Amino acid sequence: MITVRFFASTRELLGTDLLEIEDASLSVAGLRAKLISHGANWERGLANSLVAVNQVMVADEQQTLIAGDEVAFFPPVTGG
Amino acid sequence: MICVQVEDFDVGKLYDKLCRSSDVGGVVTFVGRVRDFNQGHDVTGLYLEHYPGMTESALEEIAHQAKARWPLSELIIVHRVGELSLTEQIVFVGASSAHREAAFSACQFVMDFLKNRAPFWKKECTTTGQRWVEAEQKDADALKRW
Repeated sequence: MITVRFFASTRELLGTDLLEIEDASLSVAGLRAKLISHGANWERGLANSLVAVNQVMVADEQQTLIAGDEVAFFPPVTGG
Repeated sequence: MICVQVEDFDVGKLYDKLCRSSDVGGVVTFVGRVRDFNQGHDVTGLYLEHYPGMTESALEEIAHQAKARWPLSELIIVHRVGELSLTEQIVFVGASSAHREAAFSACQFVMDFLKNRAPFWKKECTTTGQRWVEAEQKDADALKRW
């Protein structure tokens, strides 16, 4: 099981903050593509979002996910 | 010290914490506040979202890098989350050192990296509705000086 979390405008576009996915053999890029195939809002929300795995920003989206991973998609940050 | 909190912070108390060591010769503090305009909109308040856990780790990493780069006595980062009204304080960064150059540089370094790397997102309440603030190129460009 992989936990997928969404934040800020990405969360609002998708209308959900949390998904759980059974398929644990995906890459980060594969997960993004799978989610984008859910529909237009998903494509809009995820096409350019940043992604973190286990709370660390991902540099290489070919990284393979394993059961228990927490993946998060979110827009560029705007704190401060 | 890193703190992500809903509550307001007391600049005087944080300043005192920066000055606890007798080798401190310079203290620089920055406070970010909710202002009444942004990106061409009249702002009436803010909502700040964060990623609990990752936000704190990102701030720890930025503080760690600043401490490795300059000889600091203390470094404090406090960032608020949740609903904030006009003129409220959002963020505090304070650095103390034996000499002012290290404190000035560390403070700017932390703010530049915080604005680009720490997972916080601002949603503005404006006179024409709510909107998520968009990241600005000038903030990304600010990293180039480091």
